Order: sequence, then C-alpha cells, then structure tokens
Amino acid sequence: MNAPNPAGWRPEMGEGGPAAGPATASGDRGLMLEEPLIFELGRPGGCGVDMDEPGDGPVLPALQRFLRAEPPALPGLSEPETVRHYTRLSRQNYAIDLGPFPLGSCTMKHNPRLNEKVARLPGFADIHPLQPQQTVRGAIAAVVELADWLIALTGMSAVAMTPKAGAHGELCGLLCIRAALEARGDARAVVLVPESAHGTNPATAAFAGYGVEAIPATPDGRVDLAALEARLGPDVAAVMITNPNTCGLFERDMKRIADAVHAVGALVYCDGANFNAVVGKVRPGDLGIDAMHINLHKTFSTPHGGGGPGAGPVVLSEALASFAPLPFALRGADGVVRLIEEEDAPADHPRSFGRMAAFHGQMGMFTRALTYILSHGADGLRQVAEDAVLNANYVLRSLSDVLDAPYAHAGPCMHEALFSDAGLAAGFSTLDIAKGLIDEGFHPMTVYFPLVVHGAMLVEPTETESKAGLDRFIASLRSVAKRARAGDAALKSAPHLAPRRRLDETLAARKPVLGWGG
Amino acid sequence: MRYLPLTPAERAEMLEVIGAARVDDLFADVPAEALLPGPIPGLPAHASEMAVERHMGALAAANLSAGEAPFFLGAGAYRHHIPAAVDHLIQRGEFLTAYTPYQPEIAQGTLQVLFEFQTQVARLFGTDVANASMYDGSTACWEAIAMAGRVTKRNRAVLSGGMHPHYSATATTMARFTGDRLDQRLPDLAPEPDDAALIAAIDDETSCVVVQYPDVLGRIPDLAAVGEAVHARGGLLVVVVTEPVALGLIEAPGHLGADIVVGEGQGLSVGLQFGGPYLGLFGCREKYVRQMPGRLCGQTVDADGRRGFVLTLTTREQHIRREKATSNICTNSGLCALAFSIHMSLLGGEGLARLARINHARASRTAEALARVPGVRLINASWFNEFAIELPRDAREIVRELAEYGILGGVSLGRLYPGSPGLARGLLLTTTETTTDEDVHALCTVLRELLVDSHEGSPT
Repeated sequence: MNAPNPAGWRPEMGEGGPAAGPATASGDRGLMLEEPLIFELGRPGGCGVDMDEPGDGPVLPALQRFLRAEPPALPGLSEPETVRHYTRLSRQNYAIDLGPFPLGSCTMKHNPRLNEKVARLPGFADIHPLQPQQTVRGAIAAVVELADWLIALTGMSAVAMTPKAGAHGELCGLLCIRAALEARGDARAVVLVPESAHGTNPATAAFAGYGVEAIPATPDGRVDLAALEARLGPDVAAVMITNPNTCGLFERDMKRIADAVHAVGALVYCDGANFNAVVGKVRPGDLGIDAMHINLHKTFSTPHGGGGPGAGPVVLSEALASFAPLPFALRGADGVVRLIEEEDAPADHPRSFGRMAAFHGQMGMFTRALTYILSHGADGLRQVAEDAVLNANYVLRSLSDVLDAPYAHAGPCMHEALFSDAGLAAGFSTLDIAKGLIDEGFHPMTVYFPLVVHGAMLVEPTETESKAGLDRFIASLRSVAKRARAGDAALKSAPHLAPRRRLDETLAARKPVLGWGG
Repeated sequence: MRYLPLTPAERAEMLEVIGAARVDDLFADVPAEALLPGPIPGLPAHASEMAVERHMGALAAANLSAGEAPFFLGAGAYRHHIPAAVDHLIQRGEFLTAYTPYQPEIAQGTLQVLFEFQTQVARLFGTDVANASMYDGSTACWEAIAMAGRVTKRNRAVLSGGMHPHYSATATTMARFTGDRLDQRLPDLAPEPDDAALIAAIDDETSCVVVQYPDVLGRIPDLAAVGEAVHARGGLLVVVVTEPVALGLIEAPGHLGADIVVGEGQGLSVGLQFGGPYLGLFGCREKYVRQMPGRLCGQTVDADGRRGFVLTLTTREQHIRREKATSNICTNSGLCALAFSIHMSLLGGEGLARLARINHARASRTAEALARVPGVRLINASWFNEFAIELPRDAREIVRELAEYGILGGVSLGRLYPGSPGLARGLLLTTTETTTDEDVHALCTVLRELLVDSHEGSPT
C-alpha cells in the first residue's frame, strides 16, 4: 500500500486544523476563503461589460406600453470582481479533478480536456440549430458518426439522439414503447419496475401516463424472475430493468426475463446508467432489450458540471426503431447525412411519436462523447469496462473485512461495490461514514441507495483511478469504517475539516429560503 | 492509453488480491454467449489526441459558423456576445467536474451559485421563486403545463398561436400520453398577436393559458389582459420567454400577472451549440413551490451556525417520491446555469437593460432597411429584437439561396410550420448586439437581387 502524502497531516502534529488556530478579522482561515453572495458584493448600477454602441436608440412607439418599469434589481460586477467571486466559490467544491468521486451509479470518471477543446470549435459551438442543413453537414455527420458508434456498441437497430439526459431518455424509450403498442391497437396500462431501480424509472413511467408496480429482488440482489413471470400479463406494457443493476450485479437471467416479457407482448426497457461496466464486452441487443438510454455524461465522459447538462440517447430494437422521435439523424442511401424534421417525416419517418424537445439534442455533449469514443476506439472501450470492473472488485475485496458486503459471497461485482451498515456500533450509520470520508479528503460514495440494502453504500471507482489512488481511498475508508465499528464519537459530528459542518436540511425544508432577500 | 492509469503489472496484482485468474472471471455472471470474445469487429482502434483532433476539426470545418457569415437567426436560440471570463470560469475543474451537490459540506461552491442563479432568474422574471434549472425552454414549458394541471386539478391548456412550434410540438407529444387536452392555434401574419381570440378560448375547465412573450414572430402580447381573463375563470397564466435579454426592456411577466414563468436561458452565455445543451428556466409564485418540478437550492445553517446552502424540498423529487414525484427530471443544466449566472453578474440589471436597448435599436434599424427592399412586407407592429417579414415567394427557398451567398438569413416559417401554406412566405429575422451594419447591408443587397424577378415593379 502506498505511503500517504509525506506532506500531509500526521498525528504527532496535534489537533491543528482549519477550525483551530488564532482568531482572524476577515473570517477567512488562510486559504479557507469565505465568499459573500453576489448581492452582498455588487453595487446597483454596476456593470462589467463594455458595449460598443450607445444604448439610447429610440424605442419603438408600439413598445412603449410594454416597457419594464425598472431594470431587474441585480448587481453588476467588474470583471476582476466577477472572476474572483467565482474562483473563490469554486474552491468550496469537491470535484473529480481533485480526487476520486466514487458515487455508485454516477460513473464519475475523468473528463478528458480534448473533449472540451473540440466542443468549443466554432464549427460546433457557434452554429444555429435552424441553419439550412446545407451549411451544417459536418455537424450532422458528427451526430450520425456518434449514432453509428452507439448502435454498434449496443447491437441495436437505431438510436434516438434527442433526449437531454438519462431521465429524458427513459421517457423517450417509454414513449416509443407506448407508440408501438398503440400502433398495434394494444394500449396497456402498467409498467413493472424492480424495487432496486433508480427513482427516475417509476417517475418516468408515471410521467408517461402508466401505472407503476414494483417487482421484488431475490436474496442475491437480482430481479426475482418467478415473481416477475407471475405478474406478467396482457396489461403490462413494459418492464424497466437496470443491467448491470443498482446492486452492482449483472442480471444473469436477462435473456430469460426478456423472453418472458416478449411472450406476453410487452417490451423491455433497460436503464443504461451502468453501461460503463460492459461497454465493448456485452451488447444489450444480444440480451433481448428493446430500448436503452445511454448517459453520455457517465459512460462517455462528458462532464457533470455540478448537475448537468447530460445527454441521453436511446438505442432501439427493430420493433421500436420506426417510432423514434424527431428530429431523426440518418445517413441516406445516397450517403448524405441529414436530420429528418416534421417536413420530411411523413415520407421518411412516418411512425415517429413526434418531438420531445426543441431542436436536435445535446450537440455539445455529442462532440465530447464522440471525441472520447474515437480516442479509445473499440479496443480501448473494452479496456474501460475491464478496468472499471477490476477497480470495483479490488475495492470490494479490500474492504469486505471491515464493511458488510451483502452480495459478495455470491461472486464478483461489476463496476460498483455495494456495502451495508451491518456491523457498525449502535447509533452509528452510513451517513457518519460518508461524513468521515469528507474529513479524509474524499467525496463519499452513494449512500442509502439502492433501497433494497439497509444503509447502502455504493462505491463506483471507475477505470480512471490509478491503483495508488485507490489504495489511498481504501485506506481512508477502512479507517473510517473501523471508527464507526468502534463507536468513535468524533465521527458523529464529522465533517470537521470541510468548508461547512453538517447542514440543517430540516430547517431548509421547513422554512424555505430559495433566494436572496426573499 | 492516455486516460487509463492501470499498468499490466498492477492489473495482475489486483487480480491476485481479488482471487481471480483473469479479468473475464469477473464477468462470470454474463452468459457465455453474450460475452464478446474481443473488440467489436469493424470499429476503429484507439487514436492519438492529434489524430482525433484532426478528424473532429475536419467535421467542424465543414460547417458555416455564425461568426463567419452575416447571421440573422433566432427563433428560440440567440447569438449574443459571450464575455471571455464566462467560458474561462466554467472550465474551472471544481465546477466542470463536480457532481450534483448531494454532499453539501463539500459542494458549497455549486450550491451558492445555484442560490444566486435562482435569485437572478426570479428577479428577471418577476416571480417569487425560481428553480435550479431544467433541460431547456421547451421541456420547461411542458412541465409548466403539467404543473398548472396539478395546481388547478384541470387538464385543458390553451396555447397561444405565438408559441414556438417546437414548444407546442413537445407539449403535444406529452399530452398525447398523459391525456391532457391542448387547445392550439397557428399564428397569423398580423401586426399584433390575436390576444382576443386567445381570451375567447378560455373556459371553466382551462388549467392555464400559455403565452410566449415576445411571441414566435417577435410581437409583444398583452399579458395583463390575458392574465386577467384566465384568472377570472380560475386558471393560471403561464408565460414562456425564449429570449432572456428581452426582459431588460419589456416588463417582467411576473409583474403582469403570470403565475408560472418558464424560459430558455441559452441567450446569456450558453452559446448556440446547434441546439443543445441549453438552459431551462422555471419561476413561479411561492404558494405553488411544492408543485414545482426540478431541483431547488435553499439557505440554511451548519452545525456551527454558519450560513450554508443545500438542495431542499426534495420530497417533490423522483429519488425520494418515485412515481409520485412532480417530475422525472434528475440531471438538469447546472453548468449552463453557471454560465448564465456569471454573465448576469457581469451585466447587472442596468447592463442588461442597456444590452436590451442596443438589441432593440439594432432590430428597428434592420426592419427599416428591409422594409425598403422591394417585395418585402414587414409584418410586426411591435418587436424586441426579432420580427417577421413576408416575401413574394417561399421563404425556405430564399433562405437556401441566401446561404449560397454565404448569408445566414433568418428562419423561414415554412421550416417551422411545414404544411401551412399560409405561412410559407414568412421569414423570421433576429438581430443582436453582434449584428453589424455591414451584415445588414449584405442581407438587404442580396435579398434585393433575389427578389428582382419575383415582385411587382422594377428593382430600385
């Protein structure tokens, strides 16, 4: 195991830290910088943008009665003040650029900087979605090239590129399913969702107008095939499965599940959030899946940006391909790439369920994802899956003596390792371990999800962590887990060393303050 | 491979710790027939950074970018100058490579930005509150219609003819599956929007009226009149703003009776990007906040009593409420919200007002110049920075012909409304602070040439 950073804090240095030390007049603590709100900094009437023209052009007489009584009450700051405000704020964030971000099911991998450079080329960044197609053939070709990769990697028939994130992709897939069922005059009412599913699955099914019923898990963390088969019937439109699932396990019975679903005339939706575990190793199309979204911001490395944007293209089986939403990108028989919009849809894509958002999809994410895919190639993507799974199993085996791993007895995990809170001292919880990891300088794992495991801790290291980095993370998590087992009281009040201590979420919800001065 | 740190020796060492002989032992749960024996045939292998950059650069170079041409497109996506500091700041790794702020103690940077963003949007819109963003304007618009249905327990929405047709189409798709009823209409090529017809469509089952402001042709509807009418029948006024800069000049919808205001924030520093990612804005009255979709950031205190921020009211959301959530949205447009917020912090309210006046004055001068081109009829009586003209022949053809001259000359209504012959000769034009006198001159000159044969009388 690697030595910790030799410059780091050591016990013989005593209990110093950002919370200790002399009083300061500023409230800052050395490089622990506090930053006021922009509204506390800015002067009304200030502005950090110089404009070329005088702003006093005449206002159209017909507009006079609509004029704003006064400008929005928003401060403006000079550029140096603005740069400093956001730079200081940025330092209050953990990020993948600072260390491992082992959130299970979130696939926080390194974001290559070439992707950023490519996405900013004016030929991609500065083109309008409604330019004549003759002026954007290169952009459409990029969309089609990415589409071709996604189809090849998944073994499916087509891909809908427009969905804007994973949940939007789920919606796209369910609308394709619903359109296909209605087209055969067989509207159905229920979607079945395993109880271990992401919350977006049942929410999406409800959003698409379906009733939702849960399917239980077996003791080994997989879909209960017998229970599923017992519930299948002519009212079931679809089953939504996550594979690999949220326990980090491959659904061994996927093909049998798909066959059973198809036998009653229903369709199989796969949540592709965990595709990183199998990219280049397994094609979902070989498992009987009809629709699956791919989070480009997970598997294909587009940055999460503090909560988005994402992109959620949906690969579709032959049964669903013709129902994909507009616009639909394709390479015509003549070799020319184009986007089918409403005008051409009656001739070229007549069964489409329609448009689910303005414009063509998340182009800025497509260029980044395509850059990532071309960088790795077919061989590299396969290595991605293998290293992601290897790293997760290394974490699982390195911790299973200090944390309960409920499914580890059943064999290897896929891309993420799942632990429970069993064995912690009375009164100690998963949350305490998460907050203790923050003091260790790491972002915690996903906690309390999936719901099928008590006090779940889901660790997804991804393939972009080095062994040395993993060893440091494992050493810290071991230390914190041991403290939680031993009942170390200091852990209950962690974090002590972060920009903030535990925040009062109850207060925030009981008396919501959602804006400054409001 | 430059993004994969593990060495072959380390892989072997780790397999030993795990107790596996080879990596495929870790894929033992995958049925043998589904496990691919090697790289998928027919796909290229990994490539150097230089080779990838060359390939992507060639694709980018095959497009005519807005900065290379006189450019007049809008229709829901607007080209404004982006201050250099914005793109620099959003590329700080602490913002770019952070996740959703689920661990607030180490995400105060993102959370404070969201709190500031929510305040900026609410003040821009004139609403009590705003959320932490949606995917884009069109999906925010559907979410607003769905929310109005939850608030009023009614399911008939009246959509103005001035709605962006992609927004209407998005709502139509969703309504088909949810069973909501949408009362829709096409725009007329008239100087003012037909507010009276919209008001006449409101009944006692109406959950909301949805009005775009300015409308898709750039005209300004009378929100106060529509709001009064829908409130009298117990429904809500939902206002859609696709060009946020407009609200530097015209009154905030929330000050005119809007109950929910949604919008597209792309115009402020998100960039055109061929249509995405964009930035959905969502504001409403405080009393409806528990029916709102999407994430909300709220202020609180930490264990030491220091101010801090958290995601709050999460019992509305899918990860808590599952099928009973107000929406299925999870990932939103965080980084785009950051760009918007930085730009807004640079501008301030006064700067936004000045930028808006510049945009408006530029549009007025452009409209005047175009109206002097024989064959062109200016449709609008009112506009902010976007207006429609009618041409003597199909505007789709004219747009394609202009492109042959290297001019990106607006959005044809034929593209937006295929199958509506009455609109086919309409052309939508937008100018912003980025439009130059030379651009306008080039457009008028070529348009004059293209229209020589197709209008009555001789060219001047």
